[in-house]
Amino acid sequence: MKQYTSFFRMRLLAGLQYRTAALAGMSTQLVWGTMEILLYRAFWLSDPGRFPMGMEALAAYIWLQQAFLAFFAMWYWEQDLVEAVKSGAVAYELTRPTDLYGMWMARSLALRLSRAALRAGPILLVGALAPAPYGLRLRIAPPVFLAFLCSMALMLAVVCAYTLLIYALSFYLTDANGVMVVSVAAADLLGGGVVPLPFLPDGLRQLAQLSPFGAMQSIPLRIFGGDIPPEAIPAAMGLQLFWAVVLIAAGTLLTRGGLRRAVILGG
Amino acid sequence: MRLYLKFLSVHVKSALTYRASFLLSCLGQLLVTVNTFLGVKFLLDRFGVIAGYTLPQLALCFGVILAATSLAECFARGLDAFASVLSEARFDRILVRPRGLLFQLLCEEMKLTMAPRLLQAALLLGWAVSAGAVRWTAAKAAVLALMILCGAGVFFGLFLINAALCFFTLEGLEVMNIFTDGPREYGKYPFGLYGKGVLWILTLLVPLALVQYWPLQYLLDRGPGWYGLLPLLSLLFLLPCAGAWRLGVRHYRSTGS
Repeated sequence: MKQYTSFFRMRLLAGLQYRTAALAGMSTQLVWGTMEILLYRAFWLSDPGRFPMGMEALAAYIWLQQAFLAFFAMWYWEQDLVEAVKSGAVAYELTRPTDLYGMWMARSLALRLSRAALRAGPILLVGALAPAPYGLRLRIAPPVFLAFLCSMALMLAVVCAYTLLIYALSFYLTDANGVMVVSVAAADLLGGGVVPLPFLPDGLRQLAQLSPFGAMQSIPLRIFGGDIPPEAIPAAMGLQLFWAVVLIAAGTLLTRGGLRRAVILGG
Repeated sequence: MRLYLKFLSVHVKSALTYRASFLLSCLGQLLVTVNTFLGVKFLLDRFGVIAGYTLPQLALCFGVILAATSLAECFARGLDAFASVLSEARFDRILVRPRGLLFQLLCEEMKLTMAPRLLQAALLLGWAVSAGAVRWTAAKAAVLALMILCGAGVFFGLFLINAALCFFTLEGLEVMNIFTDGPREYGKYPFGLYGKGVLWILTLLVPLALVQYWPLQYLLDRGPGWYGLLPLLSLLFLLPCAGAWRLGVRHYRSTGS
């Protein structure tokens, strides 16, 4: 376990070096969040009755979404991992006395945590200062807040497990890019990136909520805003746990199988 | 011009050599647009109409912005990727050749994966027209073309400023994404929807509303005829852009070793 945590720390520190990029990303996301809020405001003012969630809940959703974009942005692929599988450089990993899947997991977690750590603070601050009902409401019951934190952790596990599953698939496919491209689009639509899931039409919404993508950003962000009532929280987090376990299991199996199959040539 | 077409054909050929990866990046671009449009559609299905706009009218608006950005991104790719041109000291090579600087930059890179996006924009516009978004006249069709072309011009100007800033920073300025990638994303709705503040910024500072919101009012019979000519005014934006570029070139002292 120790080697994973130190590897994790190393990657985390490396990720924290990219401060200018973080500043740029942050300002982009601030503008983005503001524009989204202004847009939904226009819809909300036109007919609050047809709004499937409260404006406050939606505002919380958008600010948190922009602040923690790095947690669930599906396009943060680590191309060098896939390249390593493709080129055979993954063989070096095999000489290390660690589990490949564990290393990948530590690395993905570190990447997302370091990026979010640099960006989240100021966005949350601006969100908190925005006028009601367009701001990030801070009055939140402690148990709900605790549930939100746990759900964020589960979300991170689901996202990383999903990306790792794709890396593992690259052992079997000659080109994993196709799966990645489709994953990005599916995660955006079914995960609540395009519009929050309550805005999806019936049928598609239920499908999205049960899919692994529905276990990503949608659940914690809606818990925070109070859009998922307290009594429904355990079921929602159960679903997240289910997908985390399934995806991690599938990823581990595929990685092992892939390594066994892999034939690496060279002297 | 002959030379430019020659470069264009070279780029087409090189893109088609790696067919699979070319098709995949096209697919990626297509899916992004599909998602964006679905987002608009879902909201409109729920609300029916927003600020008096129907779905076909929003499709028209989105189609214009999509076409304009696709054109600009395809042909001004060399400016968009200018940071790497500078950091690899390729700009020195460009300076010694007996051709215009901008011309060479535009020739050097083209992003042909924009072609399917242009097709999508055409489909959107076609659907908007057949669904009766606008009562058409010849003048309105001309204004629509003007919106797309001048829109591409404004985006080109933004890329030019972006490149000019690279002379001073020597690295890409991601902040510029707010004005380049951003409008493509939020230009799916008329800028007026975002409130007066945003509308005026995008009218006076970065004149994107001049190619989208104001002429759209004319197309939808909500504004006077002269709104239809505003896209031409937006081209004035190219003057400060060109100024910034000149300043940047004069400031340039190689990055090579």
